[in-house]
Amino acid sequence: MAIIFDHVNHVYGGDTPLAVKALDDICLQIQDGQFVGIIGHTGSGKSTLVQHMNGLLKATSGHIYFNGEDIYDRDYSLKKLRSKVGLVFQYPEHQLFEVDVFSDVCFGPQNLGYDKKEAELKAFEALRKVGLPSELYYQSPFELSGGQKRRAAIAGVLAMEPEVLILDEPTAGLDPRGRAEILDQIKGLQTDTGMTILLVSHSMEDVAEYVDRIVVMNKGRILYDDCPKEIFARYRELEEIGLAAPQVTYILHELQNRGFQVDMNATTIEEAAETVADAVRMRKKR
Amino acid sequence: MLRDITIGQYYQTESPVHRLDPRVKIGGTLLYIISLFLFSGFAGYIAAAVFLAVVIRLSHVPFRFMVKGMKAILFLLLITVGFNLFLTPGTELISFWKLSITREGAEMAVTMAVRLTLLIIGSSVMTLTTTPNNLTDGMEKMMKPLRIFHVPAHEVAMIMSIALRFIPILLEETDKIMKAQLARGADFDSGNLLQRARSMVPILVPLFISAFRRANDLAMAMEARCYRGGEGRTKMKPLIYQRRDRIGYLCILGYLVIGVTLSRIW
Repeated sequence: MAIIFDHVNHVYGGDTPLAVKALDDICLQIQDGQFVGIIGHTGSGKSTLVQHMNGLLKATSGHIYFNGEDIYDRDYSLKKLRSKVGLVFQYPEHQLFEVDVFSDVCFGPQNLGYDKKEAELKAFEALRKVGLPSELYYQSPFELSGGQKRRAAIAGVLAMEPEVLILDEPTAGLDPRGRAEILDQIKGLQTDTGMTILLVSHSMEDVAEYVDRIVVMNKGRILYDDCPKEIFARYRELEEIGLAAPQVTYILHELQNRGFQVDMNATTIEEAAETVADAVRMRKKR
Repeated sequence: MLRDITIGQYYQTESPVHRLDPRVKIGGTLLYIISLFLFSGFAGYIAAAVFLAVVIRLSHVPFRFMVKGMKAILFLLLITVGFNLFLTPGTELISFWKLSITREGAEMAVTMAVRLTLLIIGSSVMTLTTTPNNLTDGMEKMMKPLRIFHVPAHEVAMIMSIALRFIPILLEETDKIMKAQLARGADFDSGNLLQRARSMVPILVPLFISAFRRANDLAMAMEARCYRGGEGRTKMKPLIYQRRDRIGYLCILGYLVIGVTLSRIW
């Protein structure tokens, strides 16, 4: 059991009249090796939620356990926690600062106390995992393209070899192709290493293909927590909180209404294409 | 931690002082500061303190809120008082070790302390009751006559309002970058002075880059809206003196007359 949230609350702006409840009685369990999507509209508390997982924000009340240990225990090392739970922020390329990509990726492992050789080895490994071409390793990070910068920044967290990787909107501001590339890479990471991955996003389209579980947040609360098929079946409720199911869900529902025999469980474009083709073939036979 | 600085902050409320034209408040504050250094003697300072108390009362800003911002200046105040107290030559009152307190020194120290306190609170009344935008508007209009000396009044005012607007944005940005580097195992709180200074590099470099990026974006956006500086530019809410502003000027004038006469006769 990797991460457990036990009745966690978080209030911004403490005792002032401007206090905002960002997390409201969150109970959540993340199992090892899962690929979880955390979905919510802007301001639903999803970024606040993930910042609790590596101790950057402290809960106003409630407990958080990582591998069975309470992270708010006085002798619990938050630095150690941060090496185990890697958090990639929104627009991570804005944190690059070193003279070249390679030394920037070394920053994380060096902070963890690895010597130069070990840190470089881990940096190299991480850069390879995110698929950055090796001729870019010794370029200034500011000369890379948007997508390349983002990969370099993700490598910076991966180099710390975390057990859990959290990505906050990793595809924000990328074009559709860059988006698919990054998400495929992340999925590959999960299947290769068995790492636990949490993907924060406001787009169902992004996560539908990749995750095995979706947590829907609204106004600081967990609204649904289920597998993608079950979540998308409630697309009407999702629309009410400003979210939408993937486009294929709508197309399939419309087809069903018009009398096609489609499989409503399809969530990815490939699955949908298959079931639509089947339905058309069935109709032709008749 | 960075959010505790209240100097220069605006306090949102409804009061006669808030409604005054910013030019009255800027002019008034300048005159008030000058008066603090013109007045000599006890009576003048009482007049200054009473006047300030009345203005604070009228401004509906809690006194507690003002004093909170004073804490940062306290250190400066103590140094000034200390220097005046020990280093002014004159008739000795008490002396110990190598230090001695003179009569003149004690008087000087007390005057300086009173002057500085009134000065800081006085000018913070202005910033607390005027929005930054209003403040720069007022300054721009007051600096207009300086155009004959080629002072770019509008540009200076625009730079000031942009700078003020960017303070909260950059604070937020700093917070974000700090968190991101903490997530990468950075440590800002341990080590000696040199190590700590070095640990700021991963924050400062991205912060500067982001500031330049934002400046670039803003310049682009301004140009896209055909901004060309102050020449021929009109305002949506031009500053026009009202009756209350004239009353405001009269009050300041009255205070000056009373203060000067009081410090003459006493």
